[in-house]
Amino acid sequence: MDFMTILQLSDSSLRLATPLLLACLAGLFSERAGIFDIGLEGKMLAAAFFSAAFAFLSGNVWIGLGVGILASVALSILHGVASITFRGNQLISGVAINFLAAGLTVVIAQTWFSQGGRTPALTGDARFSEIVLPGAASRIRDIAQQEPMGQVYSELLSGHSILVYIALLIVPLTWWVLYRTRFGLRLRAVGENPAAVDTAGISVVGLRYAAVIICGVLCGLAGAYLATGLSAGFVKDMSAGRGFIALAALIFAKWRPWEALGACLLFGFLDAVGNRFQNIELLTFLSLTFLFVVLIGGIMLILRLVALLRGKASAGSLAIPAVTLIAGLVFAIGLPALDTSQGLGAVLNAIVLPVQFMQALPYILTVVILAGFVGRAIPPRAGGEPYVKER
Amino acid sequence: MAESTYIERLFQGFERRTSGGMPLWADVILIPLVSVALALFASGLVVYFIIGENPFRAMSIMVNGAFGSAYGWGYTLFYTTNFIFTGLAVAVAFHARLFNIGGEGQAYVAGIGAAIACLLIPWPHWSLALIAVTFLTGLFGAGWAAIPAYLQAKRGSHIVITTIMFNFIAASLMIYVLNNIFTIPGSAETASVRFPEATHLPNAGAFAGFLGFRSSTPLNVSFFIALLAAVGVWLLIWRTRLGYEIRAFGHSETAAVYAGISPVKITMIAMLISGGLSGLMAINAVQGESEQLRLDFVAGAGFVGIAVALMGRSHPIGVCFAALLFGMLYQGGAELAFEMPAVSREMILVIQALVILFTGALDNMVRMPMEKLFMSMRRGAS
Repeated sequence: MDFMTILQLSDSSLRLATPLLLACLAGLFSERAGIFDIGLEGKMLAAAFFSAAFAFLSGNVWIGLGVGILASVALSILHGVASITFRGNQLISGVAINFLAAGLTVVIAQTWFSQGGRTPALTGDARFSEIVLPGAASRIRDIAQQEPMGQVYSELLSGHSILVYIALLIVPLTWWVLYRTRFGLRLRAVGENPAAVDTAGISVVGLRYAAVIICGVLCGLAGAYLATGLSAGFVKDMSAGRGFIALAALIFAKWRPWEALGACLLFGFLDAVGNRFQNIELLTFLSLTFLFVVLIGGIMLILRLVALLRGKASAGSLAIPAVTLIAGLVFAIGLPALDTSQGLGAVLNAIVLPVQFMQALPYILTVVILAGFVGRAIPPRAGGEPYVKER
Repeated sequence: MAESTYIERLFQGFERRTSGGMPLWADVILIPLVSVALALFASGLVVYFIIGENPFRAMSIMVNGAFGSAYGWGYTLFYTTNFIFTGLAVAVAFHARLFNIGGEGQAYVAGIGAAIACLLIPWPHWSLALIAVTFLTGLFGAGWAAIPAYLQAKRGSHIVITTIMFNFIAASLMIYVLNNIFTIPGSAETASVRFPEATHLPNAGAFAGFLGFRSSTPLNVSFFIALLAAVGVWLLIWRTRLGYEIRAFGHSETAAVYAGISPVKITMIAMLISGGLSGLMAINAVQGESEQLRLDFVAGAGFVGIAVALMGRSHPIGVCFAALLFGMLYQGGAELAFEMPAVSREMILVIQALVILFTGALDNMVRMPMEKLFMSMRRGAS
């Protein structure tokens, strides 16, 4: 496990975390306004298909992105009509939207392209190309020759499509909108106590529709990234449960934007490990995992320190990230140092995790996280509840 | 108990079925029929405007393909059998206000149970094998539902997401199982070896050949087990103390707790029954039809169960009729894809989605005008 491998893993973690992050923030807007959204998955899938189809037909990825977002917003509005206007069950509406997208994308793809439910492969301007930041190397051979800091810059920070950077920028933007604007305050209020918002003379229905549409736009970005950034075209069911994983990340992140970034990076990392290692020894897997724990703990610690210096957090809140960091460090250094010829090291090295386990890993981790071994998640108080004015 | 109230609130609006001055028949028959008609109408629009085919011709090909011959009936009722099991599974969970989307994975894993029962023991007669398969498929299905159920009951983990995750995990697990445990020696096919002759269930060609069924029809005796399961679910939900507790819990968790009903117990039991019913689907598909364990034998039946339960208003009779409708759509859809190559198999998924949308999420859209209509009629009469 050399430095370059770790760097490449982090790089693909970031790529794979991007669609999750966009979908997770989409869910954040919707759920903070009191509308549960199981249909993130379907909206991503619809956006993936329409963005790929129109990028192919027009040869311009931006047109594809626009149509993808429109498709996703259309499904959002359907969800809004069912759950806000007709006060239907939000879960059932979401499930219906998922099936609708899974079916319609293949039906339309078959009618338009006759390639067994996929779009033709996208090339050139029909895809989001990778942006090389100034001064960064792009070829793997050049990167390998650089200093470590240069490698981090060239491999990890540079060379992503524009949507990755947009997704990362949406995190602070979401924080600012939610906590620093009047709209954000009202949005959070409508998810906690819609009656109070109504009493203040603000439209609950209007706010909830606004939230649902923002959710649609963000899911549209997520889906377009899947089909035109991460891969080159649409294939059947390409969202592969990412919408649900994003929901789990949202619960893990306790409906907060910065935490959502951390949670999505974690899932992106698992996806990256699963992709890179087909059959992995338990020892390598554990070492990698703890390395990542160190990374997350470190980021959390820095964020908390900043908050502490600004007087927004207590010193006690440093404890959890610090313990995570230290425990992660002990294992991340200790495990690779084990002697693989005998004892525990030999046992861990002999156990090879099958490829199917690695593929199921993000789903297993989702369940583990939902099981609440990571703390209590308290959802928006009025979530899932249709608002009836006269009550 | 923040987490449990989270789930409780997810279901608000779901049980709000006060019949608002409507007669019972309008509530249980008229509204579902109108909703399904709307869903089929919307599907027709998709066929006409997107695919560019004549929806009426498509519909007649489907109905003809499903009901026009003994061959069609055999497949239609075979699919119906699957959907009765998965529909009942979703319905039982609905009564406890739990949304089990995991039928797909529960049925898939239950296939292991069927394979163990058929391959491990040399059964003298199919009826004995059937008893063992019923027991083991139910057990495996319930087992796969047990973890999400426990996490829901004890930790308040969102059961909708955990059951979906278990579907994905089941898919990976089954690929592993079919590549490493149940394999055909010397063959590249990812399937188990064929079950011995003695475990093969009699199909409709054997017990109803006089109706024109051939020996190749997939319809088999597990159809009757599905009907028995429907009766069993009716007895359970409306004629036993446990069923009463499940319904009370589904109606109001707070009231149920005051009445001394344990939420943990009801959540666990309702989900185990639900998972077990999903698992029973494997009798029909694995022991009955393919006579070996194959990849993807569930083929979406677990998800169809959601549409079936919603359309059937979670009542066994409704579930059976809704299952028949979807059996027709599946068999007719196969014929349709053959006759009209422009219409792909996924059109069924679209119809399924629209049925869920109109009978479930947009229920109030149909209900509100109906209630008004009945109100004005009543006023007119008095």
